[in-house]
Amino acid sequence: MLGFAQIFASRLVKAAVILIAIVVMNFFLVHAAPGDPAMVMAGEAGAADEKFVAQLREQFGLDRPILEQLGTYVGKVVQGDLGFSYRQQRPVWDILAERLPATLVLTLTAFLLALALGVALGTLAAVTVGTWADSAITVVALLAYATPIYWIGLMLSLLFSIQLGWLPAFGYETVGAGYTGLAHVADVGKHLILPVITLALFYMASYARLTRASMLEVRGLDFIKTAKAKGLSQGRIVTRHVLRNAILPVITVAGIQAGQLVGGSILIETVFAWPGIGRLAFEAVLQRDYQVLLGIFLVTSIMVILFNILTDILYGLVDPRIQVSQ
Amino acid sequence: MSLSELTRIPTETAAMTTTPLLDVRGLSIALPPGADRPLAVDNLTFTLNPDEILCVVGESGSGKSMTAHAMMGLLPAPHVRVAGGSLLFKGKDVLTMPEAEQRSLRGGRIAMVFQEPMTALNPLMRVGRQIGESLREHTDLPAPARRARVVELLAQVGLPNPAELAEAYPFRLSGGQRQRVMIAMALACQPDILIADEPTTALDVTTQKQILDLIRSIQAERHMGMMFITHDFGVVAEIAHRVAVMRHGKLVEYGPASDVLNRPQHPYTRQLIASVPHYIEHRDDHTKAGAPLLVADKVRKVFHVGGGLFKASKEVVAGDDLSLTIHPGETVGLVGESGSGKSTLGRSIVGLIKPDSGRILFQGTDLLALDRKGFRPYRRAVQMVFQDPYASLNPRHRVGDIVAQGPVAFGEDRGKALARARELLAMVGLDGSAADRYPHEFSGGQRQRIGIARALAMEPKLLVADEPVSALDVSVQGQVLELLDDIRKRLNLAMLFITHDLRVAAQVCDTIAVMRRGRIVELGTAREVFTNPRDAYTRSLLDAIPGKSWHIPEDLQAKMGSGVAGAH
Amino acid sequence: MMKSEFWRAFARNKGAVLGLVILAAIVFLAAFASFLFPNDPWDMATAPFQPPLSEDALLGSDMLGRDIAAGIAHGARVSLLIGLTSTAAALAIGVTLGALAGFHGGRVDDAIMRFTELFQTIPNFVLAVVLVAIFTPSLTTIVLAIAIVSWPPLARLARAEFLSLRTREFVQAAITTGQSNTTIILRQILPNSLSPIIVSASLMVATAILLESSLSFLGLGDPNAMSWGYMIGAARTVIRQAWWMSVFPGLAIVLTVLALNLVGEGLNDALNPKLARSRG
Repeated sequence: MLGFAQIFASRLVKAAVILIAIVVMNFFLVHAAPGDPAMVMAGEAGAADEKFVAQLREQFGLDRPILEQLGTYVGKVVQGDLGFSYRQQRPVWDILAERLPATLVLTLTAFLLALALGVALGTLAAVTVGTWADSAITVVALLAYATPIYWIGLMLSLLFSIQLGWLPAFGYETVGAGYTGLAHVADVGKHLILPVITLALFYMASYARLTRASMLEVRGLDFIKTAKAKGLSQGRIVTRHVLRNAILPVITVAGIQAGQLVGGSILIETVFAWPGIGRLAFEAVLQRDYQVLLGIFLVTSIMVILFNILTDILYGLVDPRIQVSQ
Repeated sequence: MSLSELTRIPTETAAMTTTPLLDVRGLSIALPPGADRPLAVDNLTFTLNPDEILCVVGESGSGKSMTAHAMMGLLPAPHVRVAGGSLLFKGKDVLTMPEAEQRSLRGGRIAMVFQEPMTALNPLMRVGRQIGESLREHTDLPAPARRARVVELLAQVGLPNPAELAEAYPFRLSGGQRQRVMIAMALACQPDILIADEPTTALDVTTQKQILDLIRSIQAERHMGMMFITHDFGVVAEIAHRVAVMRHGKLVEYGPASDVLNRPQHPYTRQLIASVPHYIEHRDDHTKAGAPLLVADKVRKVFHVGGGLFKASKEVVAGDDLSLTIHPGETVGLVGESGSGKSTLGRSIVGLIKPDSGRILFQGTDLLALDRKGFRPYRRAVQMVFQDPYASLNPRHRVGDIVAQGPVAFGEDRGKALARARELLAMVGLDGSAADRYPHEFSGGQRQRIGIARALAMEPKLLVADEPVSALDVSVQGQVLELLDDIRKRLNLAMLFITHDLRVAAQVCDTIAVMRRGRIVELGTAREVFTNPRDAYTRSLLDAIPGKSWHIPEDLQAKMGSGVAGAH
Repeated sequence: MMKSEFWRAFARNKGAVLGLVILAAIVFLAAFASFLFPNDPWDMATAPFQPPLSEDALLGSDMLGRDIAAGIAHGARVSLLIGLTSTAAALAIGVTLGALAGFHGGRVDDAIMRFTELFQTIPNFVLAVVLVAIFTPSLTTIVLAIAIVSWPPLARLARAEFLSLRTREFVQAAITTGQSNTTIILRQILPNSLSPIIVSASLMVATAILLESSLSFLGLGDPNAMSWGYMIGAARTVIRQAWWMSVFPGLAIVLTVLALNLVGEGLNDALNPKLARSRG
C-alpha cells in the first residue's frame, strides 16, 4: 500500500500548492479591481466609515510594497484570518463556519446521488441500447443538459410546493416548529429533497450519458470477447467485466466537475433560501461585501479539493493499476 | 498384447474419422450491406478431428477468424450474421442450439485463445479469478477446489510461482505470460476443441517459439482437436497436421500439411508460399568500397520514464555503445525483438531523437555536434521510411503534396516539385492520377509506396527503413521489399533496415547487426550471421524462426529481383 | 472531407437537423428584434401583471408592465452575442495553451498543465461571480469572466490532440523532410485536431449561454442589456402569482441551449464518423 500512500501524499502537496495559488489570486483580484483596495475590501465605496477603511489600510499595510502586502495577506489567511466583514460586523471566518455545514450536506448528498443514479441509469441505457428505455434516458439527459439549474429549481418548487403543496419551497427547517432528534432530521430531510434533486439532476444526466458511452465502448474491447468465450452469462459479463471498467472515466469526470457542482450550489441555495455558503454568496453580491465573497471563493475551492481527493480514493479502490503507475 | 487390444485400435481410429469433433458444412456468414463483399465466409466446408491440429491460413480479410467467432457466438450482431450452413459439434448444430446450451459449450467444451494478450484480459481482475470464472461457470467445484485448480493450471502452462501469480493483476505480466494465462484459462475445463486465433502474432519471435512449443505439447498430451488460425506459413510448417487455405471467404486449398506445404496446387497458395520470407543468397557479399557513408560511434541514449514529486523516474537504456558503419550502396539490417532499442539508432540518425553521447558521422561530419540550422542540409541526405502506412501519411493532404512538401520546404519551386512527385510515384509503381488523390483511397502496400516516394523526393544518400513491411500482408510484403531492393540498386542507395523479423532481414541485407537490450550483440555479413552465428542470443533467435526445418518448394524459390510487381 | 459528405452525415442525425432549425429561428429572432419589437424592452408597454395572450402582450407582462415577448427577443441577442464572443475568447486562450503544451511537451507542458489544473479546481461559477462582482457587471466583464472560467477543457483537449498527433508518423516525416515548426503546427497538426475542437466549441457556446443566464439571474448581468436570466431572477419572487414571467424566458434558454447541443452532436457525427458509429 506504499504506492497509495505516496499518491495520497503527492495529492496533498498538490492541493496545498493550489490553495496558495488561489490565495495569491485573491490578493491580486482585490488589487486589480478598479479603485482603492481598502475601499474594495470594505465594500461599496462610501458605505464604509473612514475609521474602518483606515484600519484596513493599517492592517494590510496598504502603503507598503506590493510583495510585502502579499506576504502579510498570505500569512493572515494561513492563520485562518479571512478578514472582517464590515457589513455584518463579524470576522469572515465566523460567518463562513456557521454556513458551511448546510452547504456540505447539500453538495455531498447531491454529488453521491448524482453519481449513483447516473451510473445506474447509464448502465440501464447501455444494456437496453436502442429500446424505448434507452431513448427515454437519452432524451431526459439531453433536456437536463440544456436547462439552467436555477430554473429547474423554480419549476420544481412551482409544481411540488406551490401547486401540489407536498414539499416545503424554501428554508432549512420549519421555522418555529422546534423539532428535536429524529423529527428534526426528518424535517431537514424534507427541506433537502428539492434542492438536492435540482442540483443533482444536471450531473446525473452527465454521468448517465458518460456511463452509457463508456459501457458501449468497453463492450467492444477484447477482454469482453474473452469473457463471452468463457461462456459467462450476460449479467455476469455486464457486472463483473463491463461496468467496473466503464466506471473509471465517470469517476474522473466527476472529479473534474466537482468544481461546477460546488459552484452550482450558489444558484440552488439562492432559489431555495438554503442557509449555506451559496446563499451567503448571493447576499454578499447584493451588498458588495467583497471580503465575504473572497472568503467564499477560498472555502469553496477547498471543498472542491476535498471532493477531488474523494474521487481519487474512489478511483484507487476501483483500479489496482493506480498504485504503481502515476 | 492380446488380439482384442490389437483389433480395438483401428476400430477406434475409424470411429474418429467417421464422426469428426467439428463438422462445418456450407457455412456462409453475411456482412452488412455496404461492405466490400456480401459474404465474409462463403460456403465453407471442413472438418476437425480429435487429436489433430488444423491450421486455417489466410491474409487479413480472408474470413479465417469468422468461423471461429461464429462458433463462439462472437460475431458482432446484428451487423454480421450466419447466412447459411451448419456448425456441427459432435454431430449437433451449434447454431440452432438454445442459448444456454451454446454457453455451456463455450469455455466448457470449446475454448479459444486470442491474438492480443495485452488486451484480452480484464485489467481490473486478478488473473486467478479470471481463470476461476470459467470453472465457476462450467463445473460444480467449490471455491477452494477452484483456487487449487487455477494454481495447477498456471503451473501446467509453465508460469513460475503460480500461487503468487494467481493473485496478480494482468498489467504486471509480460505479453508471453499473459498468453500463457489465456491458454490456462482455455484449458480450465478440459475442452475438446481449442481454437487459437493468431495466438503468437503479437509476440516476439523467441516468445512465439515458447508458446508454440507449449501449445503443441498440450495438444498432444490431451488429444484435443485444435483449430489454429494464422497468416504465417512458417508457423503452419511448425505445428499443422492439416491445412485449410482461405481467400476472400472461400476455401481454396485443403489437405494434409505435407501436401499443402510441399506440393501446393492452388495458384494463391503457391503465391503465399513464394512470398514467405526466406534466406536466399541474393547477391555476393557486399564489397565495401571507399570511405564509409555513415559511421555510428558509441551512441548512447537513455530515456527517463515516469517519475513525479515522490518518485524517481526510471531509466531505460534504449541504446548503449552502438557502433556500426554503412558504406555507399550497402544495406545494413538492425534486427532485434521489441524493446531491444533497434529503432533508437535509426531515429538518432534522422534527427528525431538526440542521443546522450557518442558520434554519428555522415561523410565525416558529426551530425550530433550540429545545431538545428547546421543539421538541416543533412536532412536531405538521410531519409526515413516509416512502419505504419496508415499513420505515416497526413490524411488531409493530397498524395502529390505529401511527396512534394519536403523539396518545397527546401526552397524548390512548387510546380517543379509536384512534377517530380508524379515521376517518383510512377517510379514506385503507382499510376499518374495517384498524385491528385488522398491517402485513404490507397491500400496499405500502396501507401507504403507513397512513403518511399516521399523519402526519395529528397534525393537521399541513405534511407532508414523502420519496419517498413511489418504492418503489411505477406504477399504485399514481398512486393514492397522487391521495390526497395530495386530502388536501392538503381539509385545506389545505402540503407539501414530495421526489423524484428530475421527472415525479412535475410532477404534484403548485406550486413546484419543483432540487438538485445540496447546493445549490438553480433555484427557481421548476412551470410556469417545466418550460417555461423557467434552469439548465443543470435543462435536462439535463429532457432526460434518458425518452420525453419521446412524448405520452400524449389519451383517457388528465388523469385526475388525478377522485376517489379504491380502495386497492391 | 467533401462538403456533401459532411451534410449527408449531419442530416442523418434527425436531432441535429431539428436543432439547426430551432437555432435558425432564434438567430432570426435576435437579428430582427428591433424590427419585431421596436420599443425599448425596458419600457413599460402595458399594465403590470398581464397574463399571456393579453391584447398588448402575447406572453404577458412583468411587474413593471414590460412586454415579456419583447424581452425574450432582445434577450436572444445578448445570449447569442455573449455565447459566441466568450467561446471565441476561451478558444483563443485554451487552444493556444493546449497546443503549446502538447507540441513542446516536457517542462512547458508541465507548467501549462499545472496552471490548467489550478483553473479546473477553482469552482468556475464562483470565480465568474467574484470576477464580475469585483470588476462591475458589463458585457465585457461578463464575456471575459466566462472565457476565463471556460478555457481549461479546451486546453486539455487541444493538448491531448497535439500530444498524440506529434508522435504520429506523418508529423515525424514532416520533421525529417525539413519542414519548419510553424508549417508543421499549422499544416500538419492543426487541421487534424480541428474536428474535436469544433465540436467542443459548439457545445461551449451552449454552456456560455447558461453561465451568462446564471450570472444575470443573480443580478450580475449588464444593467443595460435585457437578458433571459435577469428576467427570471427578477420574477422569481412573484412566481406564486405570475408563473409566466419566469416560465417563458426559461423556455427560451432551454430551447436555445438544447438546439446548440443537438447541433454539436450532429457536428460530432459528421466530423468524427468513427466515434459516432461506435456510440451505437
